[in-house]
Amino acid sequence: MRKKWVGYAFISPWLIGFTVFVAGPFLLSIYFSFTRYDVVSPPVWVGLANYRKLFFDDPLFWKSLGITFKYALVAVPVGIAAGLGLALLLNLEIRGISVYRTIFYIPSIVPVVATSVVFVWILNPQIGLVNGLLRVFGIVGPAWLQDTTWAFWSLVFMSLWAVGGGMIIYLAGLKDVPMTLYEAAIIDGAGPLQRTWHVTLPMITPVIFFNLIMGVIGSFQYFTQAYIMTMGGPEDSTHFYALYLFNRAWRYLDMGYASAMAWILFVVVMFFTILIFRTHKRWVHYGN
Amino acid sequence: MKTSAPLRLSRAQRLLVHGVLVCLCVPFIMPLLWMLSTSLKTDDQIFATEGRQTAITLTSLIPRPVQWSNYARAAQTVPLALYLKNTLFLCAANVIGAVGSSAVVAYGFARIRFRGREPLFLILIATMALPGQVTMIPVFALFRALGWYGTYLPLIVPAFFGNAFYIFLLRQFFRTLPEDLAEAARIDGAGEWRIFWQVSLPLARPALATCALFQFLGTWNDFFGPLLYINDPNRYTLAYGLQQFMSSYGGEWAQLMAGACIFTLPVIALFFLAQRTFIQGIATTGGKG
Repeated sequence: MRKKWVGYAFISPWLIGFTVFVAGPFLLSIYFSFTRYDVVSPPVWVGLANYRKLFFDDPLFWKSLGITFKYALVAVPVGIAAGLGLALLLNLEIRGISVYRTIFYIPSIVPVVATSVVFVWILNPQIGLVNGLLRVFGIVGPAWLQDTTWAFWSLVFMSLWAVGGGMIIYLAGLKDVPMTLYEAAIIDGAGPLQRTWHVTLPMITPVIFFNLIMGVIGSFQYFTQAYIMTMGGPEDSTHFYALYLFNRAWRYLDMGYASAMAWILFVVVMFFTILIFRTHKRWVHYGN
Repeated sequence: MKTSAPLRLSRAQRLLVHGVLVCLCVPFIMPLLWMLSTSLKTDDQIFATEGRQTAITLTSLIPRPVQWSNYARAAQTVPLALYLKNTLFLCAANVIGAVGSSAVVAYGFARIRFRGREPLFLILIATMALPGQVTMIPVFALFRALGWYGTYLPLIVPAFFGNAFYIFLLRQFFRTLPEDLAEAARIDGAGEWRIFWQVSLPLARPALATCALFQFLGTWNDFFGPLLYINDPNRYTLAYGLQQFMSSYGGEWAQLMAGACIFTLPVIALFFLAQRTFIQGIATTGGKG
């Protein structure tokens, strides 16, 4: 004879939090996107003006969107491949796996602010570690974060340093592949590479799928590293979308405009999430 | 569970794999070693190669002489001890708030039947994929209107309303508990709250530890929250203070790396203390998408 309200009482913290910090703001930001708003004074209705300016009169909007797309297109697949590659190596039957695993994993738990500060230092063109090492091979390294072409690639390169988190997830997936599948494949005469390609990879496609979705969503919110390391420079070559949105909102107090940007971000992220979900029947396998 | 390695390797192959793995370790470990070594070097050694285009040698990794005073100097340049205290305070408040509230909500979703439970839970899951940018401006306006800008309240209060990911994780756990335990307590006349508090919660300790660990790290690492809401240098956290340090004293590499070490080493130490919780937590994050 439990009372009806008991369940609601238990979930009430979340219900209140959801209403006040998620649903309310979510709806309010649609309204803000049609206004001119600087937080200090009340919002002023401007109709579609923010969207019109974004689409037709703001080259940086398009540029930042392009940079973010490029990052999602490069860093996410390369990150998945690298994490998976490491996991496959660590799934072999050799000694000292836990030592290697620890070494690959630790960079991914280093706080992003620390990683950013350390990479600014090791990528220093004159006395940084990376260019110092390149000189060993007689290569004169670029100015990295101060170079319009290399700044973007420096951030991609840095993102690979933290693939250990993904690696752990893949490794857990690999351990769940039933031994009997490999035995069956061996009986069918499959070699090691064939077994990896036809047994291992299909079995962990659900894990790859999850990481792909989270990676794409994460790319569109890429902010801290760009804010700390380059501030979007040089010449806006690392002006990621989330950074531009932040600058619009908090540097220029153009919160209406930034809300319009946030909504475009939301629609784009939704679009790609749904798109990836629709392809998933073709390549994601779920074991029985 | 026995590990299922799909390949049997010959001795030569094993050596080759070790060789590859050792080479791969270098780029993963070098930035951290370089951070540590720079934090102990004198400026003379750090800037020795400036303008001379010299290659780095193995010996340049070793600080000569070892200058521990960089840490003390860094702590004088910016009040690192104060930042540490602020960070730990925020971590404690967020861990208590997020883990406590999420456990209560998760229990409600896992063990009590009520109308609308399934659709509400789906909404909760959906919020995990919602980009924070969509809500952050109205939330900022709200906290500002409440007069909370510049205080710690915007960085603490939201934690007390449950975290979708922890609720999901703890709900999975509460669902595995046998019904008879709760049933027995109910026959003894215990209310739902007492069953939660005295029967279920003590059993959930490992899952609660995972959530506490994630929340501690989340708050420890948080840069965006302080960036939006903190304007008083006496309230800076380590994450925010370190970034401010770099933008104000960019060339002080030894001090900056000392600060980065102070910020990073506790996280690495925590990893070694709670390795199992870490690895299992991460694996459950991604495994059951």
